[in-house]
Amino acid sequence: MQKLMTMEEVPSILNDGMTIMAGGFMGVGTPEKLVSAILEANLKDLTLIANDTAFVETGVGPLVVNRRLKKVITSHIGTNPETGRQMLSGELEVELVPQGTLAERIRAGGSGLGGVLTPTGVGTVVEEGKEKIVVDGREYLLEKPLRCEVALLKAFKADKAGNLVYHRSARNFNPLMALAADTVIVQVEHLVEIGEIDPDEVMTPGILVDKIVVAGGC
Amino acid sequence: MKATLMNPKQIIAARVAKELKDGDVVNLGIGLPTMVPNYLPEDVSVILQSENGYVGLGPVEGEIDPDIVNAGGQPAGIIEGGAFFDSLFSFELIRGGHVDVTVLGGLEVDAEGNLANWMIPGKMVPGMGGAMDLVTGAKKVIVAMEHTAKNGAPKILEQCRLPLTGKGVVDVIITELAVFRLTEEGLVLDELQEGVSLEMVREKTEASFQVNENIF
Repeated sequence: MQKLMTMEEVPSILNDGMTIMAGGFMGVGTPEKLVSAILEANLKDLTLIANDTAFVETGVGPLVVNRRLKKVITSHIGTNPETGRQMLSGELEVELVPQGTLAERIRAGGSGLGGVLTPTGVGTVVEEGKEKIVVDGREYLLEKPLRCEVALLKAFKADKAGNLVYHRSARNFNPLMALAADTVIVQVEHLVEIGEIDPDEVMTPGILVDKIVVAGGC
Repeated sequence: MKATLMNPKQIIAARVAKELKDGDVVNLGIGLPTMVPNYLPEDVSVILQSENGYVGLGPVEGEIDPDIVNAGGQPAGIIEGGAFFDSLFSFELIRGGHVDVTVLGGLEVDAEGNLANWMIPGKMVPGMGGAMDLVTGAKKVIVAMEHTAKNGAPKILEQCRLPLTGKGVVDVIITELAVFRLTEEGLVLDELQEGVSLEMVREKTEASFQVNENIF
């Protein structure tokens, strides 16, 4: 299966109104070239699931600034003032989720689970509207799975089969999202031949990766 | 170092450092808590955990690597012996009780150990990030904050008014005036900072508290 694709082909698998995930933490580990492709293709009304909305000019931040989103599910918006502004003015729906819960909801979505039980958020506004379950005397919130149509990942290195290696703290949400999407596109800095990545070093197996876009170093 | 030469934030950070034990795995919130390692005694070495996915957080050594940042998104380093992992594992460490101590700032703390530090409705809604998981899962939760707000209003309250980050989660409150501990008997004043009187603490604290008699 040919997984390599050019940046110009990226918009062909994206549509208005889609739910997407994007890896990254404050922009580190975010495939910024794929984000640019969305901007250039004029895609809109997207629902974005990502750890944070980064900064105005980095990571997924430009998707907010350029009003491509109708909803964002995220743990932190404080470093991108435009997200807060659009939220308060009612232009953008923002669902704030504790970071560990966001990770677990994505895991649940990617691993066939009906949800997870977490003590995080009990006794706070996070519990509003959620089922509370007592296990051995302790209260937990039932947090439901998250999935998406397309996950946008960034890896340091891929082979042509899509086996991925991440670099330093740029790993963050990328491996989780690889499991929770119908289609996985990865922006990679370095592409190598099959067999050149030691199987012990593979962090995300290529069977999860549909499309690879090579975009050099950032 | 004489306390008189230190500003409130330095006094707080230096006192927090005394709560940490050699070998502790520690997560530090942004701002004041990041000053704590500067005050660790030479025989105490802690391992810093960073929410974005590693243990061994340290200062930048040599050239900045754009793929290494701290939980505030700022350039950081990793010490020898550190390890990177994904966000799921990072919060398994946090929620699963593998982080010994977390040190966070606070907007309000109350006599029941509730903490509010993630939003002010209508004004500031940055999101909770990893804070709710940290206060839920870390073995010891230390709130490091100035005793009162900038306008002088008490921050240690009978009951928090702002939306909570966690309910009944706080173990220790450290300010430039005092150290409080949450015990089975409730809030206890456990220590006065140098040159601070009990009256001064009472005046600036809304919550009622007991006093550990050994402090005098």
